Amino acid sequence: MYLTKEEEQTLNGEAGETLRQAIEILVALGDIYGADRLIPIKSAQIAGVSYKTIGDAGLEWISDLEGRVKVPAILNPAGMDLEDWKRLRISPEFAEKQKAIVRAYEKLGIRCECTCTPYTLEGFSVGYGDHLAWSESSAVSYANSVIGARTNREGGPSALSAALLGKTANYGFHLDENRVPAVSIKVECPLEGSDYGALGYAAGKVVGSRVPLFYLRDTPGKDELKALGAAMAASGAVALYHVDGVTPEAKKVTFEVPEETIVIERSQIDEVYESRGGAGKEPELITIGCPHCSAAELRRVAELLEGKAVSKETWIFTSREIAKRYPEYVGTIEKSGAKVVCDTCMVVSPATNSYSCVMVNSGKAFAYVPGMCGAEAVYGSMETCIEEATCTEKAAGKKEKKAGGSH
Amino acid sequence: MVPIKLKGRTIARGCAEGEVLLSKDPISFLGSVDPKTGIVVEEKHALAGKSIRGKVLVFPHGKGSTVGSYVMYQLKKNGAAPAAIINLETEPIVAVGAIISEIPLVDMLEKSPYEVLKDGDLVRVDGSGGYVEVLGRSAGNTEN
Repeated sequence: MYLTKEEEQTLNGEAGETLRQAIEILVALGDIYGADRLIPIKSAQIAGVSYKTIGDAGLEWISDLEGRVKVPAILNPAGMDLEDWKRLRISPEFAEKQKAIVRAYEKLGIRCECTCTPYTLEGFSVGYGDHLAWSESSAVSYANSVIGARTNREGGPSALSAALLGKTANYGFHLDENRVPAVSIKVECPLEGSDYGALGYAAGKVVGSRVPLFYLRDTPGKDELKALGAAMAASGAVALYHVDGVTPEAKKVTFEVPEETIVIERSQIDEVYESRGGAGKEPELITIGCPHCSAAELRRVAELLEGKAVSKETWIFTSREIAKRYPEYVGTIEKSGAKVVCDTCMVVSPATNSYSCVMVNSGKAFAYVPGMCGAEAVYGSMETCIEEATCTEKAAGKKEKKAGGSH
Repeated sequence: MVPIKLKGRTIARGCAEGEVLLSKDPISFLGSVDPKTGIVVEEKHALAGKSIRGKVLVFPHGKGSTVGSYVMYQLKKNGAAPAAIINLETEPIVAVGAIISEIPLVDMLEKSPYEVLKDGDLVRVDGSGGYVEVLGRSAGNTEN
């Protein structure tokens, strides 16, 4: 890989140990994937934040680094609400470690807002064709597909290295040839709302890591695209997809129609909703906001909960900035007894592990909750989730919590 | 004996010596290796029950969670990390883990390390130069 004179000097340690290690990581990845050079990035989004996932090992590494990031950089969701962690019964030991991780990142000049939807934040705008080094799989999918920016799915250390250098290695989704669709997916049935998360869950399993081009009857909105991409990145490893006539790259570039076509039937989408029968359990916890709720989604939850009271534990996840921008929605939701939780989500927080069955309206959460939280997952639309949360008959049913429901 | 030198590709810089420990199986550092002791705890793994501490660890490539990179760092901090690593072809989890842990790593040697190296051989891995040098053969290796 070609390096400029300055980059060579950094690799030889002339800019200090942290940057030497950072550029060594980018060069090693560049060599593995055949990059020709390093390219400037506009921003970074860094995974490896939840103490639940990175543990003491990750905390030690981040704490030992020195320096400041060169581009705007932000964090992935953490393991708890950083301000109000007691409410979800996070243990003080976990909270201390989690705060130490966030402080270590903050010391490097990183914005300590922990969200999987950084593209909704002020000062973090992303445009068509921008090169990025983002980590979180749904954010990567959204940036690549819905915005038309360019990023690989970076691991925590490589995203942090990219942020410290303001550069990344030029390979993978930074290059035109790797953004061409490899498979068509045809969906003939009408789709709305949570159908997109269910479609993504089904499609990810057959697409794997390829780039799909969707042909849909309806025109999905941004939140629906967010749900579709998040689910495909979880059940498969899709980091970029196109929707004919909808996503920006599919509108600007004339792609050849891929040779392989997969048809997804309504029955495959219904199967995801019907998982409930298979679970054989009643949901004890209702969760919405994977990825983090947009303003529109938060408003919809508030409308659905207005004047009602929840009878089951109900968590609504969003970014702190969105929650602060819309106190009226947060107020309405909290009045019902549901909790608006920031900085974290049902997948990366240990709080979820206390429940044995969780209801979600997210294909991504549906894919991850069983493995990462040890709980069964049930899928439903946002409306069904809120009905379940506020239904009084079922609340009288027997509830079983494992491990006594607390840490 | 004429020293054997095998050229490869630099992944993580630095230079270290140690005894060879060969694993036919890929390694996931998260879950397969105890970060305190360096003992392989994955049942049915080729190295199950063995310690990778201080060894020149030879394995095909990494597998599993990206958290494995941080576990390698933890091994290093606990003094339980391998001295160096040789892979057939490294993937990002192990590459990143080796770099942050300052464990020299070379891959894609000109000859398969499984043909040239035996358990217990003393080798030097020069990550910066991108080569592996065999310094001595283990007892029982007749080529010595």
